[in-house]
Formats: sequence, C-alpha cells, structure tokens
Amino acid sequence: MDALGSVSVALAGSGGAGVMTAGNMLLEAASHAGYYGLMTRTSGPQIRGGEAAAMLRISTFPGDGQDDAFHVLAAIDWQNVARFAAELPLAPASLILGDPAAGEPPEVFTKSGARYAPVPLKVTAAEIAGAWPNMVALGVLAGIIGLPAASLEAAARKAMKKGLEPGIAAAQRGYALAAQLPALRLAPPPARSDRWLITGNEAAGYGALRGGVRFVAAYPITPATELLEYLAPALAKVGGTLVQAEDELASINMALGASYGGVPSLTATSGPGLSLMIESLGLGVAAEVPVVVVDVMRTGPSTGIATKSEQADLGTALYGLHGDAPHVVVAPNSLEDCLAATEWAVGLAEALQVPAIVLSDQYLGQARGVVDAPALGSAAVARLTAQGGEGYRRYALTPAGVSPMAIPGTPGATYTADGLEHNERGTPSSQASDHAAQMDKRARKLAQLDPGEAWASVEGEGDTALVTFGSCTGPAREALARNGKGVKLVSLRLLAPAQPERLKKALAGVKRVLVLEQNHSGQFLRYLRAEYDLPGEVKSLRRPGPLPFRPAEIQHALAQWGSA
Amino acid sequence: MGQRVNAPGAPMLAPKDFKSDYKPVWCPGCGDYSVLSAITKALAMLALKPENVAVVSGIGCSSRIPAYTTCYGFHGVHGRALPVATGLKAARPDLTVLVASGDGDGYSIGGNHFLHACRRNLDLTYIVMDNHVYGMTKGQPSPTTEPDWSSKLAPGGTGLREFHPLVIALASGANFIARAYSGDPNGCAALIAEAVRHPGFSFVEVLSPCVTFRPEQREWKTMVHPAPVAATDDPGRAARRLMTDDGFNVGVLYKGKRPAYARANGGNQTVEALACQFRA
Amino acid sequence: MPVPSLEDFMARAYAMELEANERYAQFAEQLDTHNNREVAQMFRKLAAVEALHAKRILEEMGWPSMPALPPAYAWETLEAPETAAFDELHYLMQPMHALEIALKCEQQAQKYFEDIAAGDVPPAVKQAALEMADEEREHVQLIRDWMKRVPQPRPNWDEDPDPPRVTE
Ligand SMILES: Cc1ncc(C[n+]2csc(CCOP(=O)(O)OP(=O)(O)O)c2C)c(N)n1
Ligand code: SF4
Repeated sequence: MDALGSVSVALAGSGGAGVMTAGNMLLEAASHAGYYGLMTRTSGPQIRGGEAAAMLRISTFPGDGQDDAFHVLAAIDWQNVARFAAELPLAPASLILGDPAAGEPPEVFTKSGARYAPVPLKVTAAEIAGAWPNMVALGVLAGIIGLPAASLEAAARKAMKKGLEPGIAAAQRGYALAAQLPALRLAPPPARSDRWLITGNEAAGYGALRGGVRFVAAYPITPATELLEYLAPALAKVGGTLVQAEDELASINMALGASYGGVPSLTATSGPGLSLMIESLGLGVAAEVPVVVVDVMRTGPSTGIATKSEQADLGTALYGLHGDAPHVVVAPNSLEDCLAATEWAVGLAEALQVPAIVLSDQYLGQARGVVDAPALGSAAVARLTAQGGEGYRRYALTPAGVSPMAIPGTPGATYTADGLEHNERGTPSSQASDHAAQMDKRARKLAQLDPGEAWASVEGEGDTALVTFGSCTGPAREALARNGKGVKLVSLRLLAPAQPERLKKALAGVKRVLVLEQNHSGQFLRYLRAEYDLPGEVKSLRRPGPLPFRPAEIQHALAQWGSA
Repeated sequence: MGQRVNAPGAPMLAPKDFKSDYKPVWCPGCGDYSVLSAITKALAMLALKPENVAVVSGIGCSSRIPAYTTCYGFHGVHGRALPVATGLKAARPDLTVLVASGDGDGYSIGGNHFLHACRRNLDLTYIVMDNHVYGMTKGQPSPTTEPDWSSKLAPGGTGLREFHPLVIALASGANFIARAYSGDPNGCAALIAEAVRHPGFSFVEVLSPCVTFRPEQREWKTMVHPAPVAATDDPGRAARRLMTDDGFNVGVLYKGKRPAYARANGGNQTVEALACQFRA
Repeated sequence: MPVPSLEDFMARAYAMELEANERYAQFAEQLDTHNNREVAQMFRKLAAVEALHAKRILEEMGWPSMPALPPAYAWETLEAPETAAFDELHYLMQPMHALEIALKCEQQAQKYFEDIAAGDVPPAVKQAALEMADEEREHVQLIRDWMKRVPQPRPNWDEDPDPPRVTE
C-alpha cells in the first residue's frame, strides 16, 4: 500500500472527556511535525456534558475539505456518539478504537466492516496521578499516525496550562500503546513553509482589520460569536471599538452610525440575525453608507440546527432586501479565503459606499486549520471623502456613481443621510426623476465594478464545468485533484454584483454544468439561472446541511456524465 | 419657565444658523416646529458649530427633524435612531450627538434600544417628541396614548395603561431626565442645552402636540406647570416623584452622577503585528 | 417683575418685538409650504410691522444692535407676551384667523406694558412702559380696523374632504 497523502481521525466522547482539547493538541502536533491539518467539530445540543467529536484530517497537502471516510474513529466513551454516525463515515478498512470499559462500539459504526480494537484508555490514565484518558487517546492517535513524540510533547506544552507533566506522561503511554495497533502509513511531511494555524472566523476577523475595520457592533450568535470574540481584544489593540448591541437591529444600525462617522464598520451574525438586519441593510444602500456583515451561515429556517453548516442564506443575502437595493455579496471559498474575502469585502464596501455581505458558513468559520500563510495584500482601500465647500451635493450624480462623502466634523459639507429617496443634495424627494436618477447612480456603482481575477476561482480545463461557491469548493477541488481530467472548476467569490460576462468566458466551450451547493432547494442553481446563461446540460448536486459533501460523491456525480 | 437664556459671552452662531432652508412638511401648528426652534436655540447657546453636531432620528413626523437643521444628520429607519447614534458616538466621541424620536419610534418599535441606551449611558441627548399618537401613519395609538382614546385601529381605546417613559428611563439608568413642553420653546431650549451639557445619557421627553390627530392637545398649554421641586441626584427620590407625577411637570427631574460610558480604545499596535498569534 | 432700568426695559421690549417678528415669519413660511398663500402673505405683513417696531426701539435708544440681555431673563408667560403660539396655526386658516391671533398678541403686549407701568419701577421705566402700552393700544385698534376689511371665515373652514396623507 502506498503511503497516505492524508489521514482522517475522529475522537469522540461525552462531556468532560476533553475530546476537543485533545483534538486541538493533535492538530498542533501535526503542524509541529510539518503537516497541514484541519479540525472540525460536531456536538450534541447539551450546553455541558453533551457528546462531541473532534474530526481531524492531517495531510501532506493544503485543503479544507473532509475525506470520504475516517481512517480511525476513537471514542473515549460511546454514550450517544451514534447520533453522529452520519457525520463520521467509516470504510471497511477503517479502525475503531474504544475503551473496553466503555462497552462495545455501536452497530452503526461496526456495520461498516471497520475493525474494532479495544484500547484501555481509562486504566492507563488511572496509572498516572492527575492524568486524563483523553491524553492517552491523543497519544494513541499520534502514535498510529506516526507523528514524532517530540511534536506530541511540544503540542502539549503549548496547549496545557495545568496538569502538564501527567498529561505528557499519559500521552506517552498512549503513544507506546499504539505500537500494538495497526499503523496508518502517512507520507512524510512536505517541505517546511510559512504556515498559519487559524479558524475561518479568526481569518475573517483578521481580514476585517486588514481592510481597515475599526468599529464592530456585536450580538452573539452561533457560529459567528468566535469572530466577534476574536475582534474584541484585537480591535482594542489597534485602537478600534467594539460595542455589544442589545440585538441585531441595533448592531447593524450601530455599524451604520459608526461608518457614517467615517469609521469602517462591521458586524457578524448568522441567519436569524441577518434576517433582523435586512431592513437596515437597505438603509445602507439608500443612504450609501459602507458596512460589512459577515453571515456565518447555519442550518435554517428559523433556529434550525444552530451548530451546523448550510448554504441556505444565499437567497436572503442576494435578494432579501426590499426595493431595488444593489449591494455586494462575497463568498470566501476556503478557510484561509475567509481572510482575503472579508478584507476584499471591506474594500468594496468602502470604495462603493455600499453594504457588503460576506457569506461564510459554520464549516469554514469554525474549522481550524494549518494553512499556507496567506499572501497579504496592500493597504486598505480608502473611502472617497468630501472636503466641503459651496454647494456640496452628497449624492451627486457622478459618472462612476460614487460621490464624495462628507465625514461629520467637515465644515461646509453638512448633509442628512437618508433612507428616504432624495435628490443630489440629500433632500427627501418623491419625484420620479430623482428616484430614477438615484437608482441609476446606485446601480452604476456596482455595474462599473471591475473585480479582476478575484470574482471566482477558475481551475482546470475541460468541457464539463463544476460550478459552486463557499465551503463546497474544498471537496470539489479535491474531487478534481483526484481525477479531474476534462472538468473545469468555477467557484464564484463575488456573488453580487453578478458577473455574467466573466462567467460566460469561463464557461466558453463547456457542454455540461454541474452545480454544487449545500441547501435543499437549489438556491445557487436558481441564482445562476436568473443571472447567467448556463451552456449545455445543467445538473444540480445538492443537499441540505449539515453533512458536508465528500469528494467521492462529487466524483460519482461527474462520472455519471462519463467525464471523471 | 420661559427662560430666555443667553450664554455668558456672545454665542458664536445664532439659532437661525442651525436651521436649514429645507421647509418642514409638518402640519402648521404641530409642536415639532417648536422643538426644532428649541434645538436650534440650544445649539446656539452651547456655542457649537453645525459641523460638529449630528442629529440622528428614526421614522415619524418628529423624526424628520435632522434635515431641518444645518448639522450633520442621519434619518434612519423606524425605531433605530438610538443604535445609529450609539455607533456614531462610540466611534466619534468628539461629536455632539442628538437623537430625535417620536413616542412610536422611541417607545414602541425602538423600545428595547431605549432601555439599553439608558443603561449604556453613552454621552447622548435623546429628545422624544411625545404626542401620544402615531402621527405619520394617521393617528394610531402609541405606548403613551391614554387607554380610552378611540381611533380607527383601536375603536373605544386600547384599554392598556400608558407606558411611563421617565420611570423607565430612570430604572434603566439614564443619567439625566427632563420633561419639556414644545409650547415653551425657550424653556425647552434651556432644558436641551442642559441635557447636552450633562455627561452620559440625557433623556428629554418633550410634550409636543399633534394638532391633526390630537387637536385636544392644544390644551396642554393650560396643563403644564414647572416641576415644584429642584432636580434630585437620588434615584430613589426621583422614582417616588416620577411615580406620582401627573405627566405635566416640566423641568429637570433627575440629574444622576454616573460616569458616562467610555472605552479606552487607545491601542496603537499595527494590524501586521496581530498576525503573530496565527503563526503555526 | 423687577425692571431696574430703562435700558433693561427697552431691551425686553426689543426682544419681544423681535420674537413676534420671527414667529410671524415662521408662520408665513409654514403656510407657504402648505399652499395657503393668502394667509402667509398676511403673516409676512405682520412680521414686517413687528420688525419696524423693533427697529424703532433701536433708533430711540441709539443702539447699533441688540443689547446684551441679562443672562437669565424670564417671561411670565410660556413665550414673550407678543409671540403667537406655534399651535395656533392651521393649514386651512383664513385671513380673519390670522388677525385674531395678532389681536390677541397685541392685547397681551399692551397688558404686559401696563402691568410694568403699574408696578414698582423707576419713573423712566414707568414713563416708557406707558408709552409702549399706548402704542400697543393703537395696534389693537389698527388690527380691529383691519378685521373689518376681511371677510368672516366661512363655516366649517377647517373641513378637508381628504384625509391626511401618510408618507412613511
Ligand atoms: C418597520 C416600519 N414599520 C412601520 C412603519 C410605518 N411608520 C412610519 S412612522 C410610524 C409611527 C410614527 O409615530 P411616532 O414615532 O409617534 O412619530 P410621530 O409621527 O407621531 O411624530 C410608523 C408606524 C415604518 N416606516 N417602518
Ligand atoms: S400629523 Fe401630527 S405629529 Fe405629524 S406633523 Fe401633523 S401635527 Fe405634527
């Protein structure tokens, strides 16, 4: 058997087992050893004590998708872990590790044909005062993956604040136990390079700061909270301000107020919060106040499955605003792209004086990965401001549609920003001519946008196209990396304003289009059909969250066309 | 009442310098004209410059006020004036920020923001033009409408007791609470000026008649009277006083000593430096 | 009310005329906006009359501009005695209504000056207050004469067959 390019392991257990802590240390150890890696998580609905699983993929190549199946499922206990069976696919060659003291693994796992090997986690931990079974499990996993013991110890030293010595000792015991277990033959690590260990939410937050955001209004919501919590101390360090709002109606309006005051502003939320913000996003469009909303999508409708991913806010983000309200929608298509896409969105909002929505999702936002250090762009985009003077017209009908914005404090340029339709001076107007002129102006700003290459990731060549966006891009890329001859990937990053000319060029010569998305109704497909001309035969590959697409499924769908 | 106050030292600008040439759409006779006049007088008294003042509002007749001034204005959406003002003031503490609302805008759709703005105690001046009715939408009951006031939407009245904005402001932590009457623009101006000077969240409830849907409010001029006692800084005393208030006491009713919301945001690291934490 | 000097008294009188002038001008503007041009025009005339009175006070006193007033200067009424209340206005009002408002204001002004004259004030103030009261009395008469020349408001003058408009 060839050495593996990546190994996927899951560590499950119920509350208090410490599977997330151990998972994070395994990721750190892999990083220390020179590998790329990704950790995602799943958990039950309980606030404390619920079953949880850390899902890791350690690889010789960068990427943020999950593999078709897990090589190893290790459980500290099996209580309710079966609930995650759908998220933890196993193959006949997989290995199930469990503590004999916790009973046999549930049938949903064993029926895959995977081999079960009992490992005495509790007993081993009990031999060391102050040690925990999760550290033994960590050692076992590091051992069968073949990570160096030094990396394991380095990761523990970095992560553990208390119980370090017993922790290391327990991990070492586990590492030794692994010698009796079947080993995974992970290929040696790639050449060292500059890497970051970051979550998508942190990346988005950092991208916002790079884009120049210095005011954030925050109302907590899973899975966007970590983005806001990253920004609170980070903003303070760079002289910015975060205000916790009383609700999302307030947070979006606070962001608008701060931005009106000249300070680039952002808020982050998820579907329920986005719904509450919609009216005021329209205010941002009409009053031409830049603002960025990062929507870390979760399953809907309503409260849905708050902790799990879905790409189902697309329709709301694109078309949810009342009236004709041109605005920007950007979708990061990898974990590290959360940084660039958010930074870009801030720049677009500022340059075009318009609200921008960043459509991230729970998968990207909460995934923690070892990624190549992102290429960092140049200085933040500055807003076109007015110096004041006779006859200042805030909403002047400029050819570019963008008109100089006076920042409060500027003498001789006072004006009232208004959600009421207005004339060039900003004075409310109900005249058809003013409405038409201002609508044209607001549309013109976006129509004239030249996004350059950033509008999409276009990869590969062929007469079949795989068109997708957001977190579906990872598994799509991997499917094509395995066998992508004749298939071209187009992953849209700029969803609004739509770029029909660019997509037309990208799809020139294409005979078949497979549209990939993670929602029930095919929102992305409908969007493509509404805004673009898709050539040839069009098929949809979609399903609702929370299960992520796996590369094999995509390969399979393409294979039915005989192209992959 | 009826004080004509001149700031010591001649004011730099006259009230008319704070009035734009955009003509109000309000019904002739509406109390909001007076409030506009009071605001412009207050700003002149405070010797402020229009470019350093922002007037933020929601939606309603009363919320039309920003564009009628020569200050920076933000006429937002219904109920959200306070959050816009909060963001603006938090990001730009150097500006003087006035917030204008109606009783529907401020107490109904924006009620939650009212509680939290009081509690947050940012240095804002919140002026609510209370006419006990939704004027802009043609006369529906608001949270301060009398229970037996009959209207198309609530024939025979709502049967609900009125909301007491001053008590709520006090309970929620507002640092300055006053009631003014629009028929006394000079007195109203003096109260607004005092509210602006007072640190923290200052709330000025202005009785401002809607002559179109509540013509009987013209009688308010015979009902208002100066508050019989001076402002207190004791919330307990203020609470007792407000609970027995007849709704027509005019003047400063509470002047608290809570320090205004302040966040030191003097960090001066570069964004590049923040990347360290992510290096693998 | 303490009125210690002639200067102080005249300053009040001046402020009173000025405020009356400003209010009438505002009324004219409001009614223009609401398409009641006829009454707007009357308020403009009334404003001009008050402006003239104010100017005369400056001339009499030899003041180049408005004198500085004492810092906290109180009227006994909500506003200055000659200032019409904002809520007196109606978009459909007729010329007679404007004159009724003006009449009331002039009467209030007259009474204000009479009260000062009757109070415990220096002789120079008393003298000036009596003169001003006389003047206001003349104004009252002028307005009464003017009222004879305008038509009586038609019955139900404030009826509007259309309901108010909703805008937002
Ligand atoms: C979200 C939303 N809901 C409803 C309205 C309609 N609306 C406009 S103004 C208003 C009430 C205004 O009442 P108030 O705040 O008391 O102000 P007033 O007009 O009396 O000054 C309503 C309900 C709106 N503009 N937006
Ligand atoms: S409807 Fe009422 S509140 Fe609105 S402008 Fe007319 S009088 Fe004022």
